[in-house]
Amino acid sequence: MQIVVNDEAHEVSAKTLAALIDELGYGGARVATAMDGSFVPVPYRARTVLRDGARIEIVAPMQGG
Amino acid sequence: MSKSFYGTVLSSPLMLGTAQYPSPDILRDAVRAARPGVVTVSLRRESAGERAGQAFWGLIQELGVPVLPNTAGCHTVKEAVTTAHMAREVFGTDWIKLEVIGELDTLQPDVFGLVEAARVLTEDGFKVFPYTTEDLVVAERLLAVGCEVLMPWGAPIGSGKGLNNVFGLRAMRAHFPDVPLVVDAGIGVPSHAAQALELGYDAVLINTAVAKAGDPALMAEAFRFAVQAGVLARTADPMEERDMAVPSTPVAGKALLA
Repeated sequence: MQIVVNDEAHEVSAKTLAALIDELGYGGARVATAMDGSFVPVPYRARTVLRDGARIEIVAPMQGG
Repeated sequence: MSKSFYGTVLSSPLMLGTAQYPSPDILRDAVRAARPGVVTVSLRRESAGERAGQAFWGLIQELGVPVLPNTAGCHTVKEAVTTAHMAREVFGTDWIKLEVIGELDTLQPDVFGLVEAARVLTEDGFKVFPYTTEDLVVAERLLAVGCEVLMPWGAPIGSGKGLNNVFGLRAMRAHFPDVPLVVDAGIGVPSHAAQALELGYDAVLINTAVAKAGDPALMAEAFRFAVQAGVLARTADPMEERDMAVPSTPVAGKALLA
């Protein structure tokens, strides 16, 4: 399945957002996620099913003003 | 008497941004020198390989200063609201510095989107710190939707021009005597911060002025003393300005030598 993560195309085998986080190597990282512009809280990742072409955002703490 | 921000009294009226420092070590030194009441933070895309955000999170935890996440760079209500939700989860706080940017040259807020985003987020349980202008009508709307803090700009973000509209800021202070007010953006040097506190503002938020100084840690220390001076001066009740000179040395008893 082809999806877009942080604006980059990825070919992945993960079926859920939780599995995707692990497959891409974010396991254990302090990140927040969104799919197609909507926030997906941590408890919902395992039941959030990916579909072909989904746009995923994975963000983390960063310097800010 | 320090006002509380959603029930929390800050250890210092200095809010310090964490962006644009030459290195993480210099950021660490600057925060230690400034002793801020909060530091502002943000969210950006994370690369699984670099994990830059994880290192930054470690630094924030080490510093032990309360964090105020922002929605910097958001131009729509939806973007800002979604970013706020992500920030609440990542940083573990319901405080959010709400920015809905309306114009790129001045980075001034889209006050219409700001009020709407503040309404949505307040209903979702957030404690909203809205980045706004000194417009009293917008301020009333923000308070009406549940904001308990207002953060008017001093000047455009990153401009360092200080308090562009002292009259407007003074009017805002007088109009909302019980609302915690923070000058956010535009402060360039410590005297600007002292001036804001002398006007009766409860805090100032500074980033570029420290991060882009030649010696950020030294400038951070200067701001620490400036906010202390401002608070003391406000408490001491400054004299009123006069248009004409009045001798400070007593005239009575002066020798007649002419």
